[in-house]
Amino acid sequence: MVLLMAERTKKQRSVPQRESGTPNETDSGKKSDSTDRLKAELDDLLDDIDEVLETNAEDFVKSYVQKGGQ
Amino acid sequence: MAIPKVCGIETEYGIVVRDADLNAVSASSLLINAFLGRTETRAAWDFFDEQPGNDARGLLLGEILAPEVETHLVNTVLTNGARYYVDHAHPECSTPECRTVSDVVLYDRAAEEIMRRSMTRAASLLHDGGEIVVYKNNSDGKGNSYGCHENYLVDRAVPFGRLTSQVTPHFVTRQVFAGAGKVGCESPGAVPGDVAYQLSQRADFFEEEVGLETTLKRPIVNTRDEPHCDPTKYRRLHVIVGDANMSEVATFLKVGTTAVVLSMIEDDVLGDDLVLAHPVSAIRQVSNDPSLRATIAMASGKRMTALEIQWQLLERARSWADRFGLDSVTVDDGKRVLEEWESVLSGLERGDPSVANVVDWVAKKRLVDGYAERHSLEPTDARLKLIDLQYSDLRSARSLASRCGLRTMVEQDAVDFAVEHPPTTTRAYFRGTCLARYASDIVAANWDSIVFDVGTDPLRRVPMMEPLRGTKELTRELFASCATARELIDSLGKTSTP
Repeated sequence: MVLLMAERTKKQRSVPQRESGTPNETDSGKKSDSTDRLKAELDDLLDDIDEVLETNAEDFVKSYVQKGGQ
Repeated sequence: MAIPKVCGIETEYGIVVRDADLNAVSASSLLINAFLGRTETRAAWDFFDEQPGNDARGLLLGEILAPEVETHLVNTVLTNGARYYVDHAHPECSTPECRTVSDVVLYDRAAEEIMRRSMTRAASLLHDGGEIVVYKNNSDGKGNSYGCHENYLVDRAVPFGRLTSQVTPHFVTRQVFAGAGKVGCESPGAVPGDVAYQLSQRADFFEEEVGLETTLKRPIVNTRDEPHCDPTKYRRLHVIVGDANMSEVATFLKVGTTAVVLSMIEDDVLGDDLVLAHPVSAIRQVSNDPSLRATIAMASGKRMTALEIQWQLLERARSWADRFGLDSVTVDDGKRVLEEWESVLSGLERGDPSVANVVDWVAKKRLVDGYAERHSLEPTDARLKLIDLQYSDLRSARSLASRCGLRTMVEQDAVDFAVEHPPTTTRAYFRGTCLARYASDIVAANWDSIVFDVGTDPLRRVPMMEPLRGTKELTRELFASCATARELIDSLGKTSTP
């Protein structure tokens, strides 16, 4: 559990945080900045995503079976 | 006039057991019991469902039979007014009734927090690193689905046939902003790889336009008529067609736009020209088309895209708001719904990447596409389905949704408060406050009543047939003057409503 917490702390520093309440930019310069920023954030996330993903994708996906519900 | 849209969300969560010998039902029960171990509340759910009309107005105290308390599966009521239980081998949490769309978002997030705390507590009870993991999604990718249902208070006077035909175009097309996204397809007869990615988790599972079923041959409009309140005045529209959203803004839009559309139907301003020719095939067409360019057949013979239908609904919503006001959805939230609605439709139309901050299917698709491109993966690669599943993993250390930069609407402090405390503007306030104050004297509770045992025979049932009574404002003096459940029952005996 301690290890898990340490990992979480590390992850939260290295990935983009949720941003709060910024409305859509209308100015085209800002929009372009915003698009670049989104792309950069996605690249950062993709750099680190393997550390977050379950290790054996094939097995995990195969074993993810649920009982049907409503 | 449209009536207040009291609403709520019930979510069945996916569940995975690791390194422990538990089936899904036992694991779901363990989660709930682990969570309850930390609170004072242990009131059972009351399945007493008789609602005679003469008990249907305000509060009537009377002698009753012992409540039917289900002992087979764990089923309980929380101090925030929510219901937390095991349903069909899934842990399920229903938010309390909310008067505003913002409150629905807050209590949906509180339900996630309850799941997170349940997981942590359950892990500490299991040996050898055993763990129960909860996913906020709606399908396992193998043809098994579990729901995220919405509920809306609707005027009983609206003819159900008109309600059904006029709300269906919204249910079929709102997935453009409310879809949670899915890798692959589970429609009967689907060939792997045919549909690499679609907007909705649930669209594959709908086979009828209207019906009573919820677990097979699912209908787009569900006819379950169980109002949990005065049945002579109200209907509870039980909406089973939606996805569970990780994005708070998507939840706000899903519930807010639906509450507005239902209000328009109550005020009979929506008209029939948006009625669809073939809703069941249309819901899949829309879901299977991330380009958002496909057109669907209208009953009029025209063809429209899902976005065109949504722009029409928004335009009519604006006219409706100008003419009738936004009281049914509350003015502040109503204005915000109209603004966010326009913003998301504009963004989707322009292909603006910033909608990935709001729309789950877009956020998830960027991850899936980005990962596939980086590693040159086929659309059927298991790693892409893994990203789909882990998008909705509720563990902080494993969640992908929490790493996508989704725009938030509520602060964590407010979520923590909402885990313990009910909304103040519906009868959920009375339910939650009674459970917080008099837990040891409450035998059972459900949506429309609470059963007390105050030491004198018989048990006392306090009915709550009006969703907008029992609010903080209406019960302030009552709670201030009643330190015990006995005093509450005596006091209620002298008045007419809580």
